[in-house]
Amino acid sequence: MSEDSEGVPRLTLDQAAKAFGAVQALADASIELFPGEAHALVGENGAGKSTLVKILAGVYQPDSGTLAIDGQPVILNGPNAAREAGISIIYQEPTLFPDLTVAENIFMGRQPLRAGRRIDRPAMNRSAGEIFTRLGVALDPQRIARGLSVADQQIVEIAKALSSNSNVLVMDEPTAALTTVEVERLFEVIRALRREGAAVLFISHRLEEVFASCQRVTIMRDGHFVRSAPVEDITMDEIIRSMVGRDLDMLYPKTAAVVGEVVLEVDQLSREGVLYDISFSVRRGEIVALAGLVGAGRSEVARAIFGIDRRSAGVVTVRGKVLSNGSPLASMAAGVALVPEDRRQQGLVMDLGIDRNVALASLGQLSRFGLISRTRERDLAATWASRLQLKFGRLKNAVSTLSGGNQQKVVLGKWLARDPSLLIIDEPTRGIDVGTKAEVHRILDGLVADGLGVLMISSELPEVLGMADRILVMREGRITAELSRDEADEDSVMRAATGQLKGTAA
Amino acid sequence: MTALTAGRGPRFARGGALLRAREVGIGVVLLAVFGVTTLHNHHFANANSVQQLLSGAALIAMLGVGETLVIVTRNVDLSVGSVVGLSAYIVGDLFSHHHGMPVILGFVVGIAVGAVIGAVNGFITAALRVPSLVVTLAMLYIIRGIDGLVVNGVIIVPSSIPNAYVAIGFRTFLGIPWLALIAAAVVAIVAYAMRSFRSGRDLYAIGSNPEAAALAGVPTARRVFSAFVISGALAGLAGALFLALHAEVDVTAGTGYELLVVAAVVVGGVAIFGGNGTVVGAALGALLLNTINQALVASRVSAFWNEAIAGALLLLAIAFDRWLSLRVARRLRSAEGAHRDI
Repeated sequence: MSEDSEGVPRLTLDQAAKAFGAVQALADASIELFPGEAHALVGENGAGKSTLVKILAGVYQPDSGTLAIDGQPVILNGPNAAREAGISIIYQEPTLFPDLTVAENIFMGRQPLRAGRRIDRPAMNRSAGEIFTRLGVALDPQRIARGLSVADQQIVEIAKALSSNSNVLVMDEPTAALTTVEVERLFEVIRALRREGAAVLFISHRLEEVFASCQRVTIMRDGHFVRSAPVEDITMDEIIRSMVGRDLDMLYPKTAAVVGEVVLEVDQLSREGVLYDISFSVRRGEIVALAGLVGAGRSEVARAIFGIDRRSAGVVTVRGKVLSNGSPLASMAAGVALVPEDRRQQGLVMDLGIDRNVALASLGQLSRFGLISRTRERDLAATWASRLQLKFGRLKNAVSTLSGGNQQKVVLGKWLARDPSLLIIDEPTRGIDVGTKAEVHRILDGLVADGLGVLMISSELPEVLGMADRILVMREGRITAELSRDEADEDSVMRAATGQLKGTAA
Repeated sequence: MTALTAGRGPRFARGGALLRAREVGIGVVLLAVFGVTTLHNHHFANANSVQQLLSGAALIAMLGVGETLVIVTRNVDLSVGSVVGLSAYIVGDLFSHHHGMPVILGFVVGIAVGAVIGAVNGFITAALRVPSLVVTLAMLYIIRGIDGLVVNGVIIVPSSIPNAYVAIGFRTFLGIPWLALIAAAVVAIVAYAMRSFRSGRDLYAIGSNPEAAALAGVPTARRVFSAFVISGALAGLAGALFLALHAEVDVTAGTGYELLVVAAVVVGGVAIFGGNGTVVGAALGALLLNTINQALVASRVSAFWNEAIAGALLLLAIAFDRWLSLRVARRLRSAEGAHRDI
């Protein structure tokens, strides 16, 4: 860190706002990144962190607010402008080209050239190899990217950012899919970059990481800047309170329900290369959560139970009936409902109305002689819309006009209309604002009180800890720990998820 | 740690190896078809017949090169067949009215006609974001219509074309037809550019993952536009050569080429959803389809079988690709599972 640059932020974002249609993703976001400093940005899902990242990446242009680099105002009108300004981004979701080689992925658009502006492949492969050596990983630069594991994809993303020698490095949850050793190595790299004077913006849900490796933290909530402080001047509790902005008990209204008979019994479920020996059960009146890192195989468990993916071994029993392999229809008939992770792609038909979407899974009951009764369809939708307190204009409005939280209620209504005995719900509140989040949680709590068994998958640790009666932690396709509501805390779940078991055997 | 990342990729997953396997495969099938047909009919292997074979394949191969550029970006150009017809007719018409026109001007006009149509296709697709399937299908019919109006029953006859121009269609060099040499030169230049220039790699990036391409700062719209312009220009050149080869043009010239070209490209290993494939593969695909076509003629099989066989080959190629990628995915999955067990 050079002395003279002290005091002048490398990058300043001041009161940036960005709206998408009616949704205000960012209201006033401000952040200052100093050279040689790692700056953590924390906030709940939907707080606007990813939108802020996209503004720094030049992908979105803010509706208002200013951006300055080394004190000079700049306008980033595209990814190339951001790159030229010395900003590089590691995205949360890897953005790779599956058909191209790893080295090409790293250097796309910036390939080293030789005479006649031709790509110098040997030099490109060599440089990629050097970056991997620096990161301490053994990846073949000439391998095509298709088929890389999530962790390796993330490493390619990191290599991409390092290769451009930028002095502002933005990392959007880079550690979510990495093992502890890889995370440690990444922090080593971050430290090296800081010594060279780079400013690092680090987005993470793991607050321990924030305290261990960042010097400053900025907290955002609902698109607003809340607070910024050096890490020495703030405690973890203060951060959490600023992030949530309300009492945790309000957000997770979990009441103890009467636990009844077994609804779901999974015995030695395996899927070659993905899942190994998964065994557990879910009873009436309880919420069982599957926790773990991205890529641990949680959604895959749901898909294998429901029959979307074939099981290569194992038996799934619902209310004493063995489910046939690879048949979602059989699972539905047995009383299983699956609310998928990706609402827009898998849960809803975005251009159809609320009524049609709610009725989709119950068309058999609504039709006579193969013809669907529109009246019954509307009645069904109206019933569930009022039971789930859906906020909508008219029932025939396309679901694409609803907010994320209300869309999720439509998906829930669609499945609850079938009166299931087991509800599998994958990321119940992803991308939903805090208010509606609490509502979805209340709905789930009400459902188990009525005797439904719920298998919940969630990447949000507070949600898992707040809502689940039992927690199954997964890592690399296996269940590594089963924790009761009382045993579980942030630490014990993360340990099992990252493989640092301390006495808590699987 | 090392168990997680070291020595991961099975060797067949390395860049390009799959494609090279595909090109070798086509070569083997090509030789087999050629050999078997020659056993039935010895005339099939004589110089004259092979020259005809190469000249015919040269036009499709040239169109295949342009089509590959477009398909690699997740688009398609269905207008090429009618561009061939229009370009051939316009050039022929010019020659019949200006008999002393230099030969080279014929090519320039042909290429220009194609490039203009390609630019329209490219603009509507890239700037207005209309699916290229619809744009170029519409263009196919529009040009057919214009073609009909322009031609208006008049047929270009060999006597109105300068001898020097027609010579291009039948001249050979060291026994290889000029047309085949021109096509080979086009294939070689474009193949090199696709591999060695940033703009060439951009095309693959766009087809492989459009969102990631935008994030990487690839000028997506400009590249897609250029791909259409080049495809159009090559179709225009193919039209000019069509005139030289047949010395006769009527309103049906180039009819049905578009689907033949797409078939050749896909048989040649270019992924129909973009991101993968080479122009060399596409050219070999064109040669293979044309060879089978001629082999059936030489074997006195009914001409109706031609299209059925081309179709069957197309299905086979796509099924094979799908099977191969499923197999690779499965292998990668169990390879990953295996070393996680360590």
